[in-house]
Amino acid sequence: MSGGDTIPEFSKTKGGDGHDVSLTNLSAFASGPGIRSGAEVAAIIAVAVIIIGGIELALRLFNVPHYIMPAPSAIAYALFDEFPLIAPHLGYTLVELISGFSIGAIIGLVMAAVITQFPFAEKIVAPYILLLVTTPMLALVPLLILRFGFGYTPRIIAVALAAGPMVMINAATGFRRVDSAKIALARSYGASTLQIFWKIRAPMALPMILVGLMIGAIFGLLTAVGAEMVGGGFGLGNRLTTYSSMIQMPQFFAVVLILSMLGILIYVLFFLIGKKWASWEA
Amino acid sequence: MNAGSAKTPKLGVQDATKIYHTASGDLLALDRCSLDVHANEIVSIVGPSGCGKTTLLWSMSGLHRLSSGTIRLDGREITGPHPDIGIVFQEANLLPWRNLDANIHFPFEIKGEKPDRAWIAHLVNRVGLDGFGGKFPRELSGGMQQRAAIVRALALKPSVLLMDEPFGALDSFTREEMNRLVEEIWLDTKTTIVFITHSIEEAIFLSDRVVVLSARPGRVAKEYRVPFLRPRSLEIMATKEVFDLTNTIKMDIVGERVRPKARERGTAEIVRIRP
Repeated sequence: MSGGDTIPEFSKTKGGDGHDVSLTNLSAFASGPGIRSGAEVAAIIAVAVIIIGGIELALRLFNVPHYIMPAPSAIAYALFDEFPLIAPHLGYTLVELISGFSIGAIIGLVMAAVITQFPFAEKIVAPYILLLVTTPMLALVPLLILRFGFGYTPRIIAVALAAGPMVMINAATGFRRVDSAKIALARSYGASTLQIFWKIRAPMALPMILVGLMIGAIFGLLTAVGAEMVGGGFGLGNRLTTYSSMIQMPQFFAVVLILSMLGILIYVLFFLIGKKWASWEA
Repeated sequence: MNAGSAKTPKLGVQDATKIYHTASGDLLALDRCSLDVHANEIVSIVGPSGCGKTTLLWSMSGLHRLSSGTIRLDGREITGPHPDIGIVFQEANLLPWRNLDANIHFPFEIKGEKPDRAWIAHLVNRVGLDGFGGKFPRELSGGMQQRAAIVRALALKPSVLLMDEPFGALDSFTREEMNRLVEEIWLDTKTTIVFITHSIEEAIFLSDRVVVLSARPGRVAKEYRVPFLRPRSLEIMATKEVFDLTNTIKMDIVGERVRPKARERGTAEIVRIRP
């Protein structure tokens, strides 16, 4: 270790103080919308009623054809009426999303944890990771379908490819946030490398890991739906193409609504996890 | 832990030399620095900023390996972190994702030992943190965080406590309070303490000896005994003796700050700057 020591330094963290260069940061978890009073709830509902009612009114007043923009009431009706038919497709999409995301997230996390331990290897790998992050994995779906057919496989692979790099790049940012004083603290009690990883590095990286998981899950959802639109006879993406080809716009928008709800659900889920486990960083 | 006869120091630093290899070249932080700390003693180390105080302390703790020279604890050379040495870091250094209890239990967790609950309860009570165990560091003032850090450092009953500018970030009233707390803890445990500080007053109030390091590379330049008995009252800080000693040490440090520049210019004329 002699000579490998760094000059003791007490700046809180290296490589960022919670405002790292990434697509988002955890302040979203800390200062997210919180509802405080009954008046606020009333205001939120009132605005929603005005907007939705206004759209409904305008569409009826100007006789907008339903194939251009169906009325909110028609969409709501289609959502309830068609839901039994849409539900199985929601199930297929969820299967693809959850399995693809799990695979991608685990690989991404492990790779981030390993690669950040070797700064030299990280330098070599970094451009390829960037390539994986920036390439829309949707572009590979036709190829994957050629190779794996029209089943779940190509879609799950596409979701994993989309989510994995997002998780990895954010988790790596987290793992790089070395705080030499905290590591010294652990070492002063004789902590092993593994203990330092689990008790210092991992908890320090957790806020960024959660951000990565959230972005990864949302990218996974986009990719799953996109892949379903490319080919195969099932999934919410497939419903979108089917309904639009049959000009069943209320049903089409009902699916869009379900997809928005899924996205919001993902956000809320990680928001709550972050609030519970990573709020110390606020 | 009284292995030492009068001859063997509790913590012996011999010719400690430390070179950092940085991107901009080698940096000699400590140059043949020697210092003995005896059992039950409180020794403060002061010196101009960047003189290697923290490097010396980290080396004493075994966190840094010296480039050459030795550190001995009870006569035995130490080459790595030692369970008998506790450290209080700058700015408390608590883990923000753990509450106070979990922070204090951290050393036991790493050691794989059961926390000594009675001892911890005693320490927590001593520093006045009763009832704060469930709080997170961000919910506490700087002084309270540092109290928790002191409890953590003493949790494993070390015989030597190294304190690295522990109260530098606190306001002066809190700092005085913390100084009295350190004295109380010393009266209670008689732990050998090495204390690094920027504050000469703090050094004098706490220590049996004040060691002045030279500007980088750090070497022991001067050493002063502080003869007052403990517990010390704050009134001693107003005595002429303390006033004179404070000024002497201040001039030592200022002199150390000026000298290297004069050396660079190659001139013998040293302009003494009066505070």
